Amino acid sequence: MYAFDIERPSTIADAVTALQGEDAQALGGGQTLIPTLKQRLAAPSKLVSLSGIGEMQGVCVGDDGAVCIGGATTHATVSREAAAHYPGLAALASHIGDPAVRNRGTIGGSLANNDPAACYPAAALASGATIVTNNREIAADDYFQGMFSTALDEGEVITEVRFPVPQAANYQKFLQPASRFALVGVFVAKYADGVRVAVTGASENGVFRWAEAEAALSADFSASTLDGLNMDADGMIADLHGSSAYRAHLVKVNTKRAVDAAS
Amino acid sequence: MPKDSGIGASPKRREDVRFLTGAGKYTDDINIYGQTYVHFLRADVAHATINSIDTSAAAAMPGVVQIFTGADFEAVGGIPCGWQVTDRFGEPMQEPRHPVIAHGTIRHVGEIVAAVVGETLAQARDAAEAIVLDLTEKPAVVDMKAAAADGSTKVHDDLTSNICYDWGFVEENRDAVDQAIKDAAHVTTLELVNNRLVANPMEPRVAVGEYSRSDDMHTLHTTSQNPHVIRLLMGAFVLGIPEHKLRVVAPDVGGGFGTKIFHYAEEAFCTFAAKAVNRPVKWTSTRSEAFMSDAHGRDHVTKIELAMDADNNFTAVRTETYANMGAYLSTFASSVPTWLHGTLMAGNYKTPLIYVNVKAMFTNTVPVDAYRGAGRPEATFQLERVIDKAARERGVDPIALRRQNFVTEFPYATPVAVEYDTGDYEATMAKLEEIADIGGFAARRAESEKNGKLRGLGVNCYIEACGIAPSNLVGQLGARAGLYDAATVRVNATGSISVMVGAHSHGQGHETSFPQVISEMIGIPEDQIDIVHGDTSKIPFGMGTYGSRSLAVCGSAMVRAAEKVINKAKKIAAHLLEASDADIELKDGQFSVAGTDKSVAWGDVTLAAYVPHNYPLEDIEPGLEETAFYDPANFTYPAGAYACEVEVDPDTGKVTIERFSAADDFGNVINPMIVSGQVHGGIAQGVGQALLENCAYDEDGQLISASYMDYAMPRADDLPFYSVDHSCQTPCTHNPLGVKGCGEAGAIGSPPSVVNAVIDALQSGGKNVTHIDMPMSPSRVWEAMNNA
Ligand SMILES: Cc1cc2nc3c(=O)[nH]c(=O)nc-3n(C[C@H](O)[C@H](O)[C@H](O)COP(=O)(O)OP(=O)(O)OC[C@H]3O[C@@H](n4cnc5c(N)ncnc54)[C@H](O)[C@@H]3O)c2cc1C
Repeated sequence: MYAFDIERPSTIADAVTALQGEDAQALGGGQTLIPTLKQRLAAPSKLVSLSGIGEMQGVCVGDDGAVCIGGATTHATVSREAAAHYPGLAALASHIGDPAVRNRGTIGGSLANNDPAACYPAAALASGATIVTNNREIAADDYFQGMFSTALDEGEVITEVRFPVPQAANYQKFLQPASRFALVGVFVAKYADGVRVAVTGASENGVFRWAEAEAALSADFSASTLDGLNMDADGMIADLHGSSAYRAHLVKVNTKRAVDAAS
Repeated sequence: MPKDSGIGASPKRREDVRFLTGAGKYTDDINIYGQTYVHFLRADVAHATINSIDTSAAAAMPGVVQIFTGADFEAVGGIPCGWQVTDRFGEPMQEPRHPVIAHGTIRHVGEIVAAVVGETLAQARDAAEAIVLDLTEKPAVVDMKAAAADGSTKVHDDLTSNICYDWGFVEENRDAVDQAIKDAAHVTTLELVNNRLVANPMEPRVAVGEYSRSDDMHTLHTTSQNPHVIRLLMGAFVLGIPEHKLRVVAPDVGGGFGTKIFHYAEEAFCTFAAKAVNRPVKWTSTRSEAFMSDAHGRDHVTKIELAMDADNNFTAVRTETYANMGAYLSTFASSVPTWLHGTLMAGNYKTPLIYVNVKAMFTNTVPVDAYRGAGRPEATFQLERVIDKAARERGVDPIALRRQNFVTEFPYATPVAVEYDTGDYEATMAKLEEIADIGGFAARRAESEKNGKLRGLGVNCYIEACGIAPSNLVGQLGARAGLYDAATVRVNATGSISVMVGAHSHGQGHETSFPQVISEMIGIPEDQIDIVHGDTSKIPFGMGTYGSRSLAVCGSAMVRAAEKVINKAKKIAAHLLEASDADIELKDGQFSVAGTDKSVAWGDVTLAAYVPHNYPLEDIEPGLEETAFYDPANFTYPAGAYACEVEVDPDTGKVTIERFSAADDFGNVINPMIVSGQVHGGIAQGVGQALLENCAYDEDGQLISASYMDYAMPRADDLPFYSVDHSCQTPCTHNPLGVKGCGEAGAIGSPPSVVNAVIDALQSGGKNVTHIDMPMSPSRVWEAMNNA
């Protein structure tokens, strides 16, 4: 690590002010950022820890029935506290990393980072979630902008994420054997007005919605509806752990399994 | 009744109290007053000429004590290789200089280019970033077959080619083997890769160098499996420090698996630099450094042919292997694909004619050396895979084909130089059939199929040569050291015992199992006996722990030393009991005169030895301490049969291991619990190799599996509950304990059965897949199914 200062504000307003300094950076659970610092791949002058901000913690249900999760809420807390309201989301949180990661890593950190193999982006996109920041609300459809890239501005803090609760949902995560991130993860959410399918791990452009599957499943929510569909391997990630054709294939397998598990 | 102490009992591992409570003392726990820290600047390209290194800006940075480059090490020796292999034309292998710090040329990613010694690690690291390198990159040599081609870029310009040696074994059999293959009724051919692995011990390597001006004494604290070997290699060959001025200490070591046998540049550096800066110098490897500087394992590319007559009797085996050495020869690198591999190609079978060809290749990659099993897993894998393929081609049962060809009479002289002293392969196979419930497989397969899964059963046998090694034999084969071991049994005045052993325990449980042997011999409780190891200033000598040799070789030395102690104690007892030594018997810690009720306790005799008031001083010296060196007469030959049952998900290619069974013959067993644990760990590593672990380079020589994000280690939930058995025991005929060694069996015996099981599963699903290279990741299995 290079040397840096650290601040631990207790309100969002103070955090936003602290983040205005040059090269200041928000620190969530540090599960991505700290390893990056240790490898000297980033050199912030100041870290602003969000973990002491009470208003960014915890899970609640809004007046419209949406599950609202504070931006600094850990995966472990989501897996416990969202279970009664949005079991599909809680189940996803309970399979991120290992207990140490889940007890530190946060939803805000995960969505801000937008790792192409991360789990939460699939849930947020498939749920049509709203990413709430210190100064605006961003629809998930507008938020994810490719690998490690989001609509967030410099110094903008995710304070809350609102998930409309679907009638049925399931996340199927096929593990990358080494990291156990998603080699391919598919989140299927069925709402009264249609089905949304979001895919993580697969595309070189990060999380995306599978429109053909959504159309087919909105008409008939059954795995066999997908039999005739195929995901194009073009633009899929190819690496040590799988070719683009394999990832495209897994998108379909996982989508079908998610539908089976959700229905 | 199971025993609760002595040989055959399973007392819990006493060392675990400190390991599990965080009270272990590892090398990184050693911090010495005035200590400095070194940060190594490591190459991030695989192959380059170093035009210049400018350290001037770095040297001016805060906290920098001194910066070293290759030029500082010109006057000292290179890192030596401990084994000279002679090629099939009678010429010695090509042996390039292996500098402590790269000098003139960079030959692999991770090679040390400069070393910054600083007051703090952070300061040293900061300064390293200010070092300016002027490099001219060269094409990287990565693929072994391309490296062998004429006109390939050379890893070492001063060598004639990238071929370290082209070895033939047994060269005299070459023509006869060729002829037998021509004449065979059936030949099965298989090309396969034995994947490159990173050992990944839980504790990364650490070295702390210390120098005392007042007595010109060097001390190296290091994570080693064999401190005396490091003292010899580093003292005599690299730094020119005589043994009496060099102490090497390897305290608690958190796993070795072979990769901590070798003498590494970082050890020589810390020892050298401690004198140069006149302060202790400490290096603690990061995990990232470990990936690119710990010697890797395996990495063979092999073609094997198995010839059979019309009745499926094996008539000949011929192999051609390319074995990766990496950029330099690590300590035992040259011996692994040759003497630890070719000599095992007979396996458990009476194949009369065998020819093994190995081309050892230099490439721009991290050096490759022994990793749990070392050569023997590579031999077992190809042989047991080709037998499985042959059974399929011939339409015969793979177990029956093996049985038909088993060696059944012992001693058995193989056509590849070694002689098996004893064994019973039928017994372990029969035991395996029982514990693996092979009879119940068909029903389990039907059940899996109902759930949409393909189920496969894979079986293999293995044999290994352990207890390395008879010194006169290995000397003829090119070893530059003897491979005996030593122990001192020091009896204290009140009867407790310290045993100083040359074996080093880094997970094997010696502190528990070695006292069981002494306890059995003398009849005093195990808690009266302690094992001392890991410090050249405390133990007589020792070649260390690897090759499943600790008990077979060092344990034998300990038995011999204890016998000397007992003989002397009997003389003292005879004096105290006024009897003749020949009539003295030792049992349960009591010396008695045969046929009488006269006796004296162990503690009274030992006290007499140290307080010799009533003592035969004219005949024997006071004190009770004896040392023995033991050089084995032969290798030992543990053997066994393993079975793996897998389920394959036909939609994703994901393999899960449903059952794993191992029936081993380790000869006599001192502590069955520890032996089971060794087998468990070995299987985990074998399964890791078969399904998960893959050390991969790209064509530029960049290590692309350089962290746990991409290098998959086996986790507990990748493994089933194993069923292991070591009740088949044919005691080794030539060592005093009748033991064979168990440390590597699991890693040697498991990969083929996993692959055999996956092939069986796919075939059962109508997929004509005959081979998949390890690791059989989901994507590889899926590709194989798709291409079938
Ligand atoms: C061993 C391991 C396994 C893992 N496995 C998985 C897995 O299976 N699936 C998965 O999805 N993830 C996985 N992760 C990643 C983990 O979920 C991280 O916690 C997450 O990606 C980042 O969250 P964090 O709170 O730790 O963020 P940090 O590391 O603190 O920060 C990450 C980035 O987000 C920014 N940031 C943090 N919080 C906010 C905020 N509220 N507003 C704006 N910006 C913010 C930071 O400035 C930084 O740029 C794993 C991590 C590890 C170490």
